[in-house]
Amino acid sequence: MDFNDTPEQAKFRAKCREWLEANAELKESKSNGHNASSLEDHLKVAKTWQQKKYEAGWAMLHWPKEYGGIEASPIERIIWGQEEAKFNVPGGIFEIGLGMCGPVMMQYASEEQKDRYLAPMAEGKEIWCQLFSEPAAGSDVAGLRSKAERDGDDWIINGQKVWTSGAHYSDFGILVVRHDPDVAKHKGLTFFFVDMKSPGITVKPIKQITGQAGSGSGFNEVYFDDVRIPDSQRLGEIGDGWKVAITTLMNERLAVGDAKGSDIEEALILSKSKDDAGEALIKNDSVRERLADWFCEANGLKYTKFRTISALSKGEAPGPEASITKIVSANKLQEIGNFGIDSGDMAGMLIDENDGVSSFQGAWLGAPGLRIAGGTDEILRNVIAERVLGLPQDPRADKGLAFKDIPTKA
Amino acid sequence: MNLDFSDDQKFLQDEAKKFFDKEGGLSNARTVMDDGLEGDASLWKKIVELGWTGIRVPEAYEGLGLGHLELCVIAEELGRSLAPVPFSSSVYFFTEAIIKFGSEEIKSDLLPKLVSGEIVGTYGIAEDMHQATESNLNVSVEAEKINGVKIAVPDAGMASQMIVVVKSSAGTDLRLVDLNDDSVTVTPQKNLDTSRAFFKVEFKNASSKLIGESGKGWQYIQHLLDQAAVLFAFEQVGGSQAALDMAKAYSMERFAFGRQIGSYQAIKHKLADMYIAVTLAKSNCYYGAWALSSESAELPLAAATARVSATKAFQLCSKENIQTHGGNGFTWEYDCHLFYKRSKVLSVLLGSEATWKEKLVKNLEKTNTLAKG
Repeated sequence: MDFNDTPEQAKFRAKCREWLEANAELKESKSNGHNASSLEDHLKVAKTWQQKKYEAGWAMLHWPKEYGGIEASPIERIIWGQEEAKFNVPGGIFEIGLGMCGPVMMQYASEEQKDRYLAPMAEGKEIWCQLFSEPAAGSDVAGLRSKAERDGDDWIINGQKVWTSGAHYSDFGILVVRHDPDVAKHKGLTFFFVDMKSPGITVKPIKQITGQAGSGSGFNEVYFDDVRIPDSQRLGEIGDGWKVAITTLMNERLAVGDAKGSDIEEALILSKSKDDAGEALIKNDSVRERLADWFCEANGLKYTKFRTISALSKGEAPGPEASITKIVSANKLQEIGNFGIDSGDMAGMLIDENDGVSSFQGAWLGAPGLRIAGGTDEILRNVIAERVLGLPQDPRADKGLAFKDIPTKA
Repeated sequence: MNLDFSDDQKFLQDEAKKFFDKEGGLSNARTVMDDGLEGDASLWKKIVELGWTGIRVPEAYEGLGLGHLELCVIAEELGRSLAPVPFSSSVYFFTEAIIKFGSEEIKSDLLPKLVSGEIVGTYGIAEDMHQATESNLNVSVEAEKINGVKIAVPDAGMASQMIVVVKSSAGTDLRLVDLNDDSVTVTPQKNLDTSRAFFKVEFKNASSKLIGESGKGWQYIQHLLDQAAVLFAFEQVGGSQAALDMAKAYSMERFAFGRQIGSYQAIKHKLADMYIAVTLAKSNCYYGAWALSSESAELPLAAATARVSATKAFQLCSKENIQTHGGNGFTWEYDCHLFYKRSKVLSVLLGSEATWKEKLVKNLEKTNTLAKG
């Protein structure tokens, strides 16, 4: 039992480190990330960095060699991620493309399309997004209602997608829509990729409860009004849309991890530094009890991750333990955010960037979103119960019904 | 990164699991409970024959000379099967105390006998219904003679030797006492989990031998408690997992309103929460196991974290296992109460959840930065 790299891993880490040191600057503190003044600036910096990585072979480590990757093992991807995170470099733009869209294109697109699209995606020249969720289809995403109707060699798309990260700056998107409402829910779906500049596509930013909108939130509604997609951009067979989407979502599950933001360390620092009626907060018994609980959760997640990495490190398939990560971390974030605000007592609601509480306010405002994104707490509990523990599925009221006959209101 | 047990250790765990299953699993705890026994003597004899009492004992004293990690995997299986044996008292506590702090003379005398099962050891800390502290100890030593009363002493019926935490002229001492001595009276005490036995031990001018240095007893006992907390946490995780498995099995076979109760989200989410608690506890136990086996300075924090996390997990899993079983879960016939009672006893035996949370936070107060995963 130890926390050390194997000799090969240490060698790989040194290689990552060497290149990063030559091409980027170390962060001064762990919270100090890349800050750009505008979305345009951020995209420019992110594209340049991606290009640099691409040229040196660090852009899409896990991709097959034929598409320019190095077929890195999961542990090598983790090592690269750990090292890159120590440097002041931009992120958050290409993950969906490289993690979800690229693999689905490799599996289902024609050779010609792969030649055309994969390299610009990897190089950072073209940005991709994912168009699945809809206003009436969140947890039950297979209940989506956007329509695809055949018209000669094309399909005509009408409907609305929602919570699309980066749609406002994306060049292409992957899309699942309903081509047949007369068959069962999962059977009437078909998968495409679409040029986001196509006529009839309108992207509107979502204003979140945080007050952020547009480039601030990164989330959008995307409207499709008679958008024409050639049949050649269909991925998978007609009616196989759900199968293709599931493959893609599996990749997303791997990507959604820890809720970032105020954690036990920040709560501890606040508890030690902030006074409550002349005494440090940490002297208060109710605070001590909560610190102990949060530490058990944070530490438990940290070592759960280490167990997963250990399995990957040995070339074994990790156990299902990582399935607890988001549910625990998002709820902990919400509680710690709440605690930070309470530490200001009567004035805890006031927003002042310099009072040491604003990061907790941000955590508290953002946490409800994290408890929903990438699988709600409730869906994740179902996933644990059904896939990890093997409990039976709920009986479904829509089972065996044609999609158009599924009840949608009381 | 290798936060995992070795193949040999996993093999040992697998052997331990098979052993307890073959020996009757939970039925041993039930027999001890129903027949009012002090423990399962025949199961204990077989454990001794397997060599587990000598895992940590150096080969020079006829042990196997292995590490704490081997104890961790066995602890998990002891917990899973609720084995009614004095393993924790004799191995996690007494034997460790002798290995760590005993004189050469005491080691040569006692360690081979502990390995062979000739003697069983235990320990006494509590004196009343309060958290024991260095300042509220009443049992005291003067001129090697001990006077006073320890209560809630585990396994004193099967044990013949005991480590006693006593007040001395130098502060606190650890003293070794022979329970067969006429000056020592051992009386059974009623307790919540009758698959385990607890005793009042009264000393009237009882002869004793000093363990380690006089005045350092409190420091020693804290270290022994930290070590034992990691091992108890593995037992608690084993018990949690078994209670979760039992709840899961029942939720698959029990039907209500025409379907398996495990298909209701109320049950699924309950079981998912149990899984989350067990997973966090297990990962904290691995951290504890690492700190214990590598003799890290982080042991006090790691032990408290594993202990609190595992105490919470076992109590959650054992009570929600009863709930999942409905009325059946409240009968003596179903095994649910065995887990419920053991979880409570394990949760206080080394000090309550509140006591360990306080230890945890005291250790956090000392640290300035926490490494993030």
